[in-house]
Amino acid sequence: MNLKDPFNNRKQSPNYLLKNGFVIDPCKNKIEKKDILIKNKVIEAINKEISVDPNEFEIIDCNNLYISPGIVDMRVNLGEPGLEHKETIKSACMAAASGGVTSMICMPNTIPAIDQPAIIQSIQRKAREVALSKVFCTGCITRGHEGNEISELQLMHESGAVGFTDGNKSVANARVMKRALNYVKSFNGLIIQHAEEPELSAGGMVNEGEISTRMGLAGIPSYCEAMIVERDLWLVKDTECRYHVSHISTKETVEIIRNAKEKGIYVTCDTAPPYFLLNELSLENYRTFSKLSPSLRTEEDREKIVEGILDGTIDAIVSDHTPQDQDAKRLPFNQAEFGGVGLETLLPMILSLVKNKNLDLIRAISLVTKNPSEILGLDVGKLNIKSEADLMIFDLEKPWKIKPEKFYSKSKNSPFDSILVEGRNLMTFVRGRLVYKF
Amino acid sequence: MKEEIKLKSYPHKHLLGIEGLLPDSINFLLDLSQKYVIYLKDNGKKLNILKNKTCINLFFENSTRTRTSFDLAGKKLGADMLNISVASSSIKKGETLIDTAMTLNAMQPDLIVVRHHDAGAVKLLSEKVNCGVINAGDGPHEHPTQALLDALTILSRKKTISGLKIAICGDIMHSRVARSNIHLLNTLGAEVRVIGPATLIPKDIESLGVKVFYKMKDGLKDVDIIIMLRLQLERMSGSFVPSIREYFRFYGLNRDKLKYAQSDALILHPGPMNRGVEIDSELADDLDRSAIFEQVRMGVAVRMACLKALVKCN
Repeated sequence: MNLKDPFNNRKQSPNYLLKNGFVIDPCKNKIEKKDILIKNKVIEAINKEISVDPNEFEIIDCNNLYISPGIVDMRVNLGEPGLEHKETIKSACMAAASGGVTSMICMPNTIPAIDQPAIIQSIQRKAREVALSKVFCTGCITRGHEGNEISELQLMHESGAVGFTDGNKSVANARVMKRALNYVKSFNGLIIQHAEEPELSAGGMVNEGEISTRMGLAGIPSYCEAMIVERDLWLVKDTECRYHVSHISTKETVEIIRNAKEKGIYVTCDTAPPYFLLNELSLENYRTFSKLSPSLRTEEDREKIVEGILDGTIDAIVSDHTPQDQDAKRLPFNQAEFGGVGLETLLPMILSLVKNKNLDLIRAISLVTKNPSEILGLDVGKLNIKSEADLMIFDLEKPWKIKPEKFYSKSKNSPFDSILVEGRNLMTFVRGRLVYKF
Repeated sequence: MKEEIKLKSYPHKHLLGIEGLLPDSINFLLDLSQKYVIYLKDNGKKLNILKNKTCINLFFENSTRTRTSFDLAGKKLGADMLNISVASSSIKKGETLIDTAMTLNAMQPDLIVVRHHDAGAVKLLSEKVNCGVINAGDGPHEHPTQALLDALTILSRKKTISGLKIAICGDIMHSRVARSNIHLLNTLGAEVRVIGPATLIPKDIESLGVKVFYKMKDGLKDVDIIIMLRLQLERMSGSFVPSIREYFRFYGLNRDKLKYAQSDALILHPGPMNRGVEIDSELADDLDRSAIFEQVRMGVAVRMACLKALVKCN
């Protein structure tokens, strides 16, 4: 492997033996010191003390390191097609590989929007050429994510769309939402909602409250999120469709979803690191890197999101990777775009829950591997024998400082700029190939 | 009276807002303003304190009184004043705020006075220039020189601010004047109230240290000072309030409502006034009760003080 280039997308690949790592298996709910044998793209064996012919296998010493399924990131904005100045499929895949993300689920808010099969096929073709991470697409629920007419959901499903969402927009019209939920039932499709009442949040910049009042910024009431979730749950109860709420951020939403789950309604949800690590105080000095959608909320909301993760109400954690170029953020707060990058910082953020909140390490890893994979119905994020070897090898303790200028992502807009973290991905395998080495 | 430690100079590089300023800094600016009030009254001839200094007035929003006031203040101090209004500049051609800041900075001005329609924009600009920056209004965020001139006007009539009951009435939500005044008057020890329809009161405003009233009768009870705010035309019909006549009926200040306040209560208005919307026309012209034109005079003195305090003189 070329030392100058940490990435490898050669088609030919040796077979590997990963020696002596702590293997985290979210399905078996175990961490054990074992060896993993990777042969012809797949996990051939996981066992104690596997010995092989060193001429046939490249042996990697994983002593003191952790090996787990690679991250399945349910919410990534690729930027391609249409916004290549923010991110390309290649730069996103490089960022993913370095962050330990082996499967990305991309949002359909591209230009043109992913609302028909052809765009899905084109993205997948490009991702296969880059070959550094698996890329799955979601399709728009409504044509051009305009919220009016449902798009060709089943054709997109056939082309590989793993779920349907209008990305960073809510489907505001209850009738359209009900039809979409009903329609995807015939092929057991998944509807993913960005929950935010659009009329109430229109023009809003930050969470409504003391901070928005002090700063003179238009506020978005936090219950905008809960309102849509509550409405949708009526429709879900009626249609019995698979429904997932993306990047939840408020205490009310956690509460509503917790109650719905207790009642047996099929609903899952995820959140993103800013919502369990930051609050609206990060907006100090009109910091546009903290301008996110949903907005950063109060400290109380943040605490309830952490609680939701710990008690299992929140099923998955996503990076919510939203690249914005410098010109979209170096503006007065009102004019700056929403969103932050996250692919390269997701792992240490998850591990912070293990270190600071006593979240079990296996559960933490499940939140970004097995759980999202099961919600989406994918065959990734697990350590099954004979399944494709998508793995990350990480150092649980390694301290480092987040320096966006070193990101592989084209955009550097991280809300976690300059903070100190622990835990780093050192190697990433996709389909049995070592695609990234720190 | 408690002993005050007087500052010899203004301790900050910029004047971006009142929030966070200590009473000493505010008093320093007010004391200096007081001197210029006397000077303007006595002869008002041009000084040369800021001779050979260049100040730029950069206004992204239309303004008559604030811009003219800064212009006049600078000229009285002998500074060279440059006025840039957006309509005729390259900002209209798509230049970003940061590029504008860097361009102006390269011309090495001694001070930039900025008004912008976005909250926080003046702060952003101040980070990119070497000279001092005065915020002449940034969106609904702050308008510090207006708060200072209001305080100066109050001082000239009431001699003190501490202990006064002061009501700010009208569109609090969209008002930078309200926010700066709340911070300043609270810092100097006044009891501040806000009055308006709930649609124009921003969420959690109480956390800024004010009491909220929805009725003029309750809010004006025993107040010494009434600060009326302008209601923007586009907010009058149907969006935040149903109609002008309904607004005037419940929130417009007239002699009847004025009776709830102290008998010598003083009326302030940052201007421009909407006669018959937030204030009764005849009342606005009553010089015993209304200090509206005195405020404009004070405005020049306050801006002279701010320019003097922020321009570095060797």
